[in-house]
Amino acid sequence: MSFERIREKLSILADAAKYDVSCASSGGKRKNSSKGLGNNTGMGICHSYTEDGRCVSLLKILLTNHCIYDCAYCVTRKSNDIKRAAFKIQEVVDLTINFYRRNYIEGLFLSSGIFKNADFTMERLVAVAKKLRLEENFNGYIHLKSIPGASDELMREAGLYADRLSVNIEIPTVSGLQLLAPDKKHEDFIKPMEKVKNEIIQYKAEKKIIKSTPRYAPAGQSTQMIIGATGESDQEIMYSATYYYKKFNMRRVYYSGYIPVLEDNRLPAIETEVPILRENRLYQTDWLLRFYGFSVNEIFNKDHKNLDLDIDPKLGWALRNLHEFPIDINTADKRMLARIPGIGMQSVSKILQARRFRKLDWSHLKAIGIALNRAQYFIVCNSKDFYKKELSPITLKNIIIKSTHSKYKKHFSQQLSLFT
Amino acid sequence: MEQQTTLLYDGSFDGFLCCIYMIYDEKIKNPFIRRESEKSQQLFENIEYVTTEKQKSKRVWQGFILKTTRKQQLDIFKTFLSEIKGVENTLFKYIQTVFNDNTKYLTDYGNKDILKISQVAKMVGREKHRMEAFVRFVLTKDNIYIATVTPDFNVLPLIIPHFKDRYADQKWVIYDVKRNYGIFYDLKTVETITMDYFSKLNHSISKEAYADKENSFQELWYTYYKNVNITSRKNKKLHHQHLPKRYWKYLTEKRKDL
Repeated sequence: MSFERIREKLSILADAAKYDVSCASSGGKRKNSSKGLGNNTGMGICHSYTEDGRCVSLLKILLTNHCIYDCAYCVTRKSNDIKRAAFKIQEVVDLTINFYRRNYIEGLFLSSGIFKNADFTMERLVAVAKKLRLEENFNGYIHLKSIPGASDELMREAGLYADRLSVNIEIPTVSGLQLLAPDKKHEDFIKPMEKVKNEIIQYKAEKKIIKSTPRYAPAGQSTQMIIGATGESDQEIMYSATYYYKKFNMRRVYYSGYIPVLEDNRLPAIETEVPILRENRLYQTDWLLRFYGFSVNEIFNKDHKNLDLDIDPKLGWALRNLHEFPIDINTADKRMLARIPGIGMQSVSKILQARRFRKLDWSHLKAIGIALNRAQYFIVCNSKDFYKKELSPITLKNIIIKSTHSKYKKHFSQQLSLFT
Repeated sequence: MEQQTTLLYDGSFDGFLCCIYMIYDEKIKNPFIRRESEKSQQLFENIEYVTTEKQKSKRVWQGFILKTTRKQQLDIFKTFLSEIKGVENTLFKYIQTVFNDNTKYLTDYGNKDILKISQVAKMVGREKHRMEAFVRFVLTKDNIYIATVTPDFNVLPLIIPHFKDRYADQKWVIYDVKRNYGIFYDLKTVETITMDYFSKLNHSISKEAYADKENSFQELWYTYYKNVNITSRKNKKLHHQHLPKRYWKYLTEKRKDL
């Protein structure tokens, strides 16, 4: 096959795969013990970034964009009039190896449109991974898409060669799915997730007894939801995400702001802007749930179904719970330190270590690198200067928003004069 | 206050450790460590030249290893590789803390020297990580994968284990054009080399030296990179923040001629 044809296929099939946001390449725990090619031991590496600021760490392509389904939100849906192409198995293997050897990528993320049926498609995805592992001695990262409806046997085999498996749930609610993808059933998405979860549990149990148990999807599974295609509230989205984290032990749930690519009266108009800020707030919430010890019902309630766009969700929580503040930096426990707006988990651990030696004052906190423009209203430290005024949440919010805009202009000393 | 003694060393990590040895050995009260190549700002100096001797540096390092964690050892080495002017003296205070059996103070981030070292080590670590990401190998006719870089800090010693482990079955060279030395893996070990091929003017491998198909793969990568971009989400500021312009010169996907 000619180079020009490969290039054309690559442009079509990379273009079609780019709406999948996952690009994680960590957690594979695959060593290069046999002097083969590649490893995946520590953290992931972003080898490049696109102009929209997303990380490029994997060769992310579809095996084919031929598809028997007609899901309204998808570019490769059957009724869309676009160029179609399909890679041969060996072509994907060659591209992966040659890109990897030049240090362009961490590995392969292979997805596909569904041709013929689910098993026929899944079989080909597995064949690529198998060839890479067994024939090329490749230890880089492999992420395969689980095709909804694929058989348990194929899902089992997929996990033996892939580091991560994922099914994109795409639409956060069952009713939304029925509206936009009437030929797909919710159960078809759940089935492979359930299988992968059980295989991982089983692998971990057997590993304890027999050390040589073949590894199963060491980087776990993930899923993705489209945001803003149907009318879900942030609350529904995050409850749904929490469900997937808990029920299927997901490593990650990704949120992808809907990009209008198709004219369809069930979907937002084609000129609609991508909800990038909303997406960002959802990711911040996801982090609060996974790393900061928040639970989802603290962030949402019946009066508060959507996140504020103008402030981050932790600040939003703090403003609704002013009775919890101010927090004393020198005595508060880890859980409360993590709840102070403007303090991240790294600063929390620095504070915990540093305060064993001396009481911390504003200059220490500044040097450690916490965002005092937000934090100052919520804390006291070893200083008589602290924010004493009782303010309503709304006034405080306005003060913070103002100071956030000017944070590069004003220096810390001037901000401190606010206290006097 | 006692007069300051300036210790001049050759710029190597071993040389630096020999300064520490001398300070303890000769009980120098008020030392200031400086690399030979750095200019002095002082008019009158009491200068001592330190010769690098492997067994002395080894003794200091082994003493240090006994009292510290792997992370603390790595942080010291990373901070040294930052080549920041005067950083040797911050490191000396840190090492002194260790030798005074005060290792518990090494997590005192309220102390400015301790905090400084943790921050510089982080900066150097970030540059190391960037090199692991932004190195782009070119396959040459003699079947060696070669990449050139100009890192902000002297991080080649730090990236050896990563590349050696990952590309165990191919010969490769990573060359620091700014510091004029490189690391070469010959399928067995990694060695430090200098190459006349590269100079300040000649940063990269010429096309005549490319292996068959090398250019095709570069073009395919370029095609891939163009096609994964989502135009409706363009965010130039974020792009530059993640991929600062000073690194673009090594990146195949950012080359204009493809």
